Amino acid sequence: MSVLVDKDTRVICQGFTGKQGTFHSEQAIAYGTRMVGGITPGKGGQTHLELPVFNTVRDAVHETAADASVIYVPAPFCKDAILEAVDGGIKLIVCITEGIPTLDMLEVNNIVRQAGVRLIGPNCPGIITPGACKIGIMPGAIHMPGSVGVVSRSGTLTYEAVKQSTDLGFGQSTCIGIGGDPLPGTTFVDCLELFEQDPQTRAILMVGEIGGSAEEEAAEFIKHHVTKPVVAYIAGVTAPKGKRMGHAGAIITGGKGTAAEKYAALENAGVTTVKSPAEMGNALKDILPG
Amino acid sequence: MNLHEYQAKALFGDFGVEVPAGRVIDDAATVTHALSELGGERWVIKAQVHAGGRGKSGGVKLAGNKTEALDTVSAMLGTRLVTYQTDDRGQPVNQVLIEQPCEIARELYLGAVVDRALRRVVVMASTEGGVEVEKVAAETPEKILRTAIDPMAGLQPYQCRQLGFGLNLEGDQLKQFTRLLTGLTRLFVEKDLSLLEINPLVVTADGRLLCIDAKINIDDNALYRHPELEALRDITQEDARENRAKQWDLNYIALDGDIGCMVNGAGLAMATMDLIKLHGGNPANFLDVGGTATRDRVAEAFKIILSDDNVKGVLVNIFGGIVRCDMIAEGIVGAVEEVGIQVPVVVRLEGNNADRGLSILAQSGLAIITAKGLKEAAEKVVAAVRTSG
Repeated sequence: MSVLVDKDTRVICQGFTGKQGTFHSEQAIAYGTRMVGGITPGKGGQTHLELPVFNTVRDAVHETAADASVIYVPAPFCKDAILEAVDGGIKLIVCITEGIPTLDMLEVNNIVRQAGVRLIGPNCPGIITPGACKIGIMPGAIHMPGSVGVVSRSGTLTYEAVKQSTDLGFGQSTCIGIGGDPLPGTTFVDCLELFEQDPQTRAILMVGEIGGSAEEEAAEFIKHHVTKPVVAYIAGVTAPKGKRMGHAGAIITGGKGTAAEKYAALENAGVTTVKSPAEMGNALKDILPG
Repeated sequence: MNLHEYQAKALFGDFGVEVPAGRVIDDAATVTHALSELGGERWVIKAQVHAGGRGKSGGVKLAGNKTEALDTVSAMLGTRLVTYQTDDRGQPVNQVLIEQPCEIARELYLGAVVDRALRRVVVMASTEGGVEVEKVAAETPEKILRTAIDPMAGLQPYQCRQLGFGLNLEGDQLKQFTRLLTGLTRLFVEKDLSLLEINPLVVTADGRLLCIDAKINIDDNALYRHPELEALRDITQEDARENRAKQWDLNYIALDGDIGCMVNGAGLAMATMDLIKLHGGNPANFLDVGGTATRDRVAEAFKIILSDDNVKGVLVNIFGGIVRCDMIAEGIVGAVEEVGIQVPVVVRLEGNNADRGLSILAQSGLAIITAKGLKEAAEKVVAAVRTSG
């Protein structure tokens, strides 16, 4: 078992024939992801990476029975791409693109939620169930099938967490990069709920950062609904107030959203927290013997 | 991106929101002309800087006659204003806004933000205007009224009434408030704002609502569709190094420590700063070099980091995901040679082909200290800076 994606997930790519779409689709195919086609308006009927290209998501879903879509189109066109995927009947949308206007995501989030569609990202590395399905830009080789559910707002910091849990032999059930934007489609709480229900997941590793209150909401959820052990690391203890630390969502505003507040909330919920990013794997060792 | 008060007020005007008549000047020689255009006998003179807390720091002054006005403007222009929101150097005052004062009966607060938890634009209002809203929120949260705007339906009149009655407005003021709030929320959405604040929104002695101050932040990600707002950017208010980094698609933020950091990925870059602190050092900056750490970008990143004289050592922390670490190592070697770095450089490479990358660094003949693992990297750079310092 795993969450959201497995070896049967049928994936299409929006922005398929572009540079990013091509490179990462090649990587996904090499990893064993069941890529079934892609969309580039105007190039319908062509073949790319030995897969069919379609003009619209509707056409692609009709012909390939795809249930997931990964989006690599530039930020100004992402709202349109996500809404097209919803309209086309896609159930899982993974948007990798960084730099989408916040108010675009505000509208998109409301529509996606009403439609009962799962959106991961934007501004994220994607989602991977090791050995089965890789949707996104993460390096497949550092992953290993196993027991830790990973959820993170960051890219390379997720790889760090994954590598540590692989090196210690735990491996991962599924890793979800929820992204660094202020309005992510999927939140920590959504992922905690999924991991709690997944029999393969024995522990959860969450990687948060400054800005917003998603970690505090996660802490509240863990207190009441999560029975599995949770390890958490929060980046940005040394981040100055009022400065946006790379990610659009990583900013302390009006004194709110500090790492200290987030650590306190998580510790209060019984979460094992680590103050060093080098200790994420070791903390798992303490709560997952053998 | 931030706007100046006078720019925000001009936008308010475009959306039918009433602001005091004012003139912006950047040269004291034009004061007399501005005063006669404005008329009146007393004027408020406000330094235009991207920072709050101006009133308490001498950035807002009342002039009782023309000579006083001229003296005040002359004293402000060309100086730097330090407030609790700026660093020790303050922000340059290149422009001042001159307005006629009004008789104030009450000071209110009005603001709007994107609420991340609700996924809505939320309007906040309070009877406690003219003071720090963070303080009101912390001490008397019940005095901040909120209403969330449905993105499909937009702001509804009942929401204006709820807030208006909550602010103890009466009669025609309620109508004015509805008009004002409708205009401001339209401005928020049409111009892709991330924050809008009026503190204070005043009720004048003759019963009008007037926006005495105006603060606007614009969503940087949406600037591509608002060239008219991009044109309002005032780079003199921004950090020169941060702007230089932006031109190279690097994300740089200066801090006050002595260990420079170059990292790929924003989360890992923050984590690296935290790690340095945890091991007894002090980070000099945040720098996300991005996914493709090519030689040119790494060289530029080194130049930006080293333009800070406090930097006594640099930690390069790269997690090579899909990009090969040996390629990154070659980029680092080339950049270190090109820039001619005099301080110790510790490099930690992890991921794809990390061992080959580390051996390229070790055999480069350059004084690069290699490290494997986050902890070792932090320990080595803190030790190197202590020895060299």
